[in-house]
Amino acid sequence: MSTSTILIIVFVIAAIGAVLGYRRARGFRSEDGKRLHSRPVYHASYVVSWALIPSLLVLAAWLIVSPILIQITVRGDFPDNVLAQSALTEDLAYGMIESLGAGLTVLPDDERAEVSDQTPIAELTPMLQRRGMPVASATADWMVPLALQRNALQSISGIAMTVTVILLAAAGAFWGYRRLALRLRARNQVESVVNVMLIVASSIAILTTVGIIFSMLFETIDFFGRISPMEFFFGTTWEPRFSAAGSGGTEGQFGLIPLLAGTLYIGSVAMLVAVPIGLFAAIYMAEYARNSTRSVVKPLLEILAGIPTIVYGFFALVTVGPFLRDLSSQLSGLVSGDYAPFIQAQSVLTAGLVMGIMLIPFVSSLSDDIITSVPRSLRDGALGLGATRSEMIKQVVLPAALPGIVSALLLTASRAIGETMIVVLAAGVAATITINPFEAMTTITVKIVQQLTGDLEFTSPQTLVAFALGITLFVITLCLNVYALYIVRKYKEQYE
Amino acid sequence: MTDVTANGLSDNAADTTKGRRDIGIRKRYASEKRFKAYGVAAISLGIFALVFLLFTVVSKGYTAFWQTEIRVPITFSQDMLGTPEQAAESQTKLLMANYPQLAREGLARLLEIDPEDKAAMTAAGKLVSTGVSVELRDIVMGDLSKIGTTEEVWLYADSELDSAMKGQYDLNVPESRRPISDLQLEYIQRLEAEGYLQQRFNWGLFTHGASSRAETAGVGVAILGSAYMMLIVLVLALPIGVAASIYLEEFAPKNKFTDLIEVNINNLAAVPSIVFGLLGLAVFINWFGLPRSAAVVGGLVLTLMTLPTIIIATRAALRAVPPSIRWAALGLGASKNQTVFQHVLPLAAPGILTGTIIGLAQALGETAPLLLIGMVAFVADYPDTPMDAATALPVQIYMWANEAERAFVERTSGAIMILLGFLALMNITAIFLRRRFEQRW
Repeated sequence: MSTSTILIIVFVIAAIGAVLGYRRARGFRSEDGKRLHSRPVYHASYVVSWALIPSLLVLAAWLIVSPILIQITVRGDFPDNVLAQSALTEDLAYGMIESLGAGLTVLPDDERAEVSDQTPIAELTPMLQRRGMPVASATADWMVPLALQRNALQSISGIAMTVTVILLAAAGAFWGYRRLALRLRARNQVESVVNVMLIVASSIAILTTVGIIFSMLFETIDFFGRISPMEFFFGTTWEPRFSAAGSGGTEGQFGLIPLLAGTLYIGSVAMLVAVPIGLFAAIYMAEYARNSTRSVVKPLLEILAGIPTIVYGFFALVTVGPFLRDLSSQLSGLVSGDYAPFIQAQSVLTAGLVMGIMLIPFVSSLSDDIITSVPRSLRDGALGLGATRSEMIKQVVLPAALPGIVSALLLTASRAIGETMIVVLAAGVAATITINPFEAMTTITVKIVQQLTGDLEFTSPQTLVAFALGITLFVITLCLNVYALYIVRKYKEQYE
Repeated sequence: MTDVTANGLSDNAADTTKGRRDIGIRKRYASEKRFKAYGVAAISLGIFALVFLLFTVVSKGYTAFWQTEIRVPITFSQDMLGTPEQAAESQTKLLMANYPQLAREGLARLLEIDPEDKAAMTAAGKLVSTGVSVELRDIVMGDLSKIGTTEEVWLYADSELDSAMKGQYDLNVPESRRPISDLQLEYIQRLEAEGYLQQRFNWGLFTHGASSRAETAGVGVAILGSAYMMLIVLVLALPIGVAASIYLEEFAPKNKFTDLIEVNINNLAAVPSIVFGLLGLAVFINWFGLPRSAAVVGGLVLTLMTLPTIIIATRAALRAVPPSIRWAALGLGASKNQTVFQHVLPLAAPGILTGTIIGLAQALGETAPLLLIGMVAFVADYPDTPMDAATALPVQIYMWANEAERAFVERTSGAIMILLGFLALMNITAIFLRRRFEQRW
């Protein structure tokens, strides 16, 4: 029986339990001054909890554990010559057995009956291919009995799981129903179940972080087993397919420096665009603009933040890049008569400019909040002493808001470093180190995408390096974020 | 006292005689004006960038919603397709038939071309998309009685012709430098004059899947993939996010653990989205063995990304409910849970809903993590379940943006317009909900 059918049955049992429990609780008569402790709906929930929680936990555990147990059993029966080889060969062999087993379940009953332990794979392959099931060419004869064994184990496990889970649900519902009584503290018990569920939900945030860190850490350690960390962090060449002449390795070179340089360069150009525009926009809106202007302009600028980054990437690719290229070709034509463009269509400038536009609303709305939270008394004091508005802003408001603005800029910078789609489309893929902003550079995020799209082999350093890049990116942005949040907290306390 | 006044007066008197003491007021006012002008300039630049961006997308993309089509009388000849009886028995002939040949013959009849004139036939044949084979095959296989009859069918024009009709090619350059020959141009003009060639609304853009031919490529499959993902995000992120916020805001004791959760959530909101893609690849695909390219993996990854947004919005909404409501409920004998679930939560619902919609809108536009979990896939068929290979609207845009063909630029912009349309709709709904239901105490 499929898992979804089991789930439906379990829920039906719980629903029946709920209805019966509700009726039973309604039926309780008050005796010698004692009234029903909890309202009937809590009695119903009580039965439902008993029906659902144990059975669903068992179901989840079964689904996780049973494939592992089956794999261990089947692998124990591998021929010795396979066991003698590397773990990788074993994994591959098990994968073939799995797909063979899956293929066998598709066969119609009469054909499947003909398949036995002795059936050679050569006979089986055409049967499977007729049903549209591909068979790996390396599949060997000894895998057939194991595939049959795996299927047998799987169907036994499936039946056992169905029976156990459904029985458990029914037993739970029955047990809960039997326990209903006039003075049962159903509400309190249901509420503590709810509380546990709330705690579980809020730990998911922690689990996500743990998941991020561990998933990347394991693959990164694997990567550093093949490529030394020194080579990765201090290498100046990024050539994942080719190693340096004479080094003898065939792994390729994975130098982080060019990617990091590109990331920081493009990020700085973006900040150079976004910070002045965003900051001045924020100051104007907080200090000068009338309410009516503000209520129009602020949402307009925030639309920029709501536009998906892929749209900015496309904008850079088809509009800004070609525009800058043509502009530079016209300029050099005017100066030297040679119409060769000195700005490439994919360049640091293009990516930085467009990313800067994307970041404007981040800078402006974060700074706006901070500037408006500077107390009115400071402003009044400065104005009372005869300062003009701009002097008041430059000499009183901005210094007071500085920590907050710095943290806003740090958060913006972390966004610039982690930005992916704009640079994928507009920055180029050449991992070069240059100080010319008119040439293409590449970033950490571009390389993560490049290494992980297309055919994946989870054992090659070419794939694993993406995780090392990812964890580098994560650590950099984490430091920026934590520091920024720390400043914000401290700053908030100052004015509250 | 009098001294001071006297001094002040005499100073004033001196000023009026020598002119005012120069305290740089003019300069200061000038710098005030400059400062204000910088602010106006910054805002104008920002708004200009927004308008320019939207203008570019719309001006490049609106043509994608129209598609040049040619009305061709097609004779489903028995010579090629066999009799209906044969077709009912075996479909091989129908599947293998040379449908472009039928289209060519139809065009030849329309343009009165001699079928023996090979060059003219080729030129005419290139006017219609090679995608006609699927179009015509579906017509015949859908109704076998059409075999042997002649029927007028609207066929997609070739994407080069489509681009030319939309004025994207300069047709005044010499013949060798444009994709449409003089002969074809003459045919086009004749067809257009007789009303056989028209630009019609491009429903295919909304219903078709991925295709290597621009004229038959659409975002239908991608929209369904995105819809699956949004559904998963909604079903998972909303309850989990609300539960987590209720715990943190209403129940959690102030201790190290809850502090850790708080810092964590704020951090997760600022983690680059591509890192979530790596998480999805390593955990959901590698460890749990979920299928690559499936909407379910994308949905899970986007759920984790959206959770912090929803939690932050929900907590703000819960905090906005005045404590007097809680005190009243508790005072009347409600338990803590009853207070929260029956009084606080309903009052916070509009705020929670608004935050959820905004979180969903973010998730809908997200591309980077989906690239890593294999959504960059050529998916031509609608996925039946979330476990099937699917693609998403922003990923489809990314893939089209990488296509070189002229007609794909227009389609990419068109797809972006559709995406922005969805996002605008969601945000307007959120604003409407906020205006309509938000209570201020």
